[in-house]
Amino acid sequence: MTSPQPRIGVLQFPGSNDDHDAAWALAALDADAVLVWHAETELPDLDAVVLPGGFSYGDYLRCGAIARFSPAMSAVKEFARDGGLVLGICNGFQILCEAGLLPGVLRPNESLAFTCRDVCVQVERANTPFTARCTPGQELVIPVKNGEGCWFAPDDLVEKLEADNQIVLRYTEPVNGSVNDVAGVINEQGNVLGLMPHPEHAVDPLLGSADGAFILASLVDAAHARTLATV
Amino acid sequence: MRATVLVRPKEGILDPQGEAVEASLRQLGFSVGQARIGRLVELDVDADDPDAARSEVERMCGQLLANPLIESYEIELHENGPA
Repeated sequence: MTSPQPRIGVLQFPGSNDDHDAAWALAALDADAVLVWHAETELPDLDAVVLPGGFSYGDYLRCGAIARFSPAMSAVKEFARDGGLVLGICNGFQILCEAGLLPGVLRPNESLAFTCRDVCVQVERANTPFTARCTPGQELVIPVKNGEGCWFAPDDLVEKLEADNQIVLRYTEPVNGSVNDVAGVINEQGNVLGLMPHPEHAVDPLLGSADGAFILASLVDAAHARTLATV
Repeated sequence: MRATVLVRPKEGILDPQGEAVEASLRQLGFSVGQARIGRLVELDVDADDPDAARSEVERMCGQLLANPLIESYEIELHENGPA
């Protein structure tokens, strides 16, 4: 008999466009991926939540600024506050920053160019639910595709995040002007991670790299552990 | 009451849009420096007096119109509608 699959919700905002890719990748990694429409005021019974990439609300005003007021985001905030696992990818990362669930903000790339290519990120910490399958210092090749991927925080905040080891992923070379080459940040409690690269686009060698599976499979593992804990 | 909100990139924050526009203006032969690009929001506010309108727009800025990490804002009120 097999143990139950972890149930991972993928939020869909108007303008999300990596929702199905994320759901497909999670399913390929043996999770039960369910799409959740942004207008839902409550989340179904979930072991983790993924906020996918895209251009929610056309990136109007600032990217992620409008989506954070979606009804489902109140539920996601509550889910995160109760210790639930939340992963934000690209636009999802932007939404989590605007919602105050993650520190900092994503700004237009320094080059002003839309950047769409494979990049190399170094895993700074493997003791998180999102990187447990990695080893510290491991380099992952995962694509980015964004116009506003330049992570920024004021100096004192950056200093604190560095001291508290909240920078989980870092580009091995400058990509978009991010302060300290930050590619992924985790919250203080360690249950919410945001990253600009797209792990869901790199889960099979046919896609050019399978390194994204290290991140998503870590999440599936952690979500699975929670399933078992509640069965 | 009509309100105009000017949202600007904070001092010291890199503004690549402003830099690109500045470079283009120079290319056209204009002698300019420090071009910065922000955003202008015009609103009709349902409030009776300027103080109430201002505090309402302040709350809008705090919650949505500006991100305090990177942007500053200025509020202008026009009692007789837009000029």
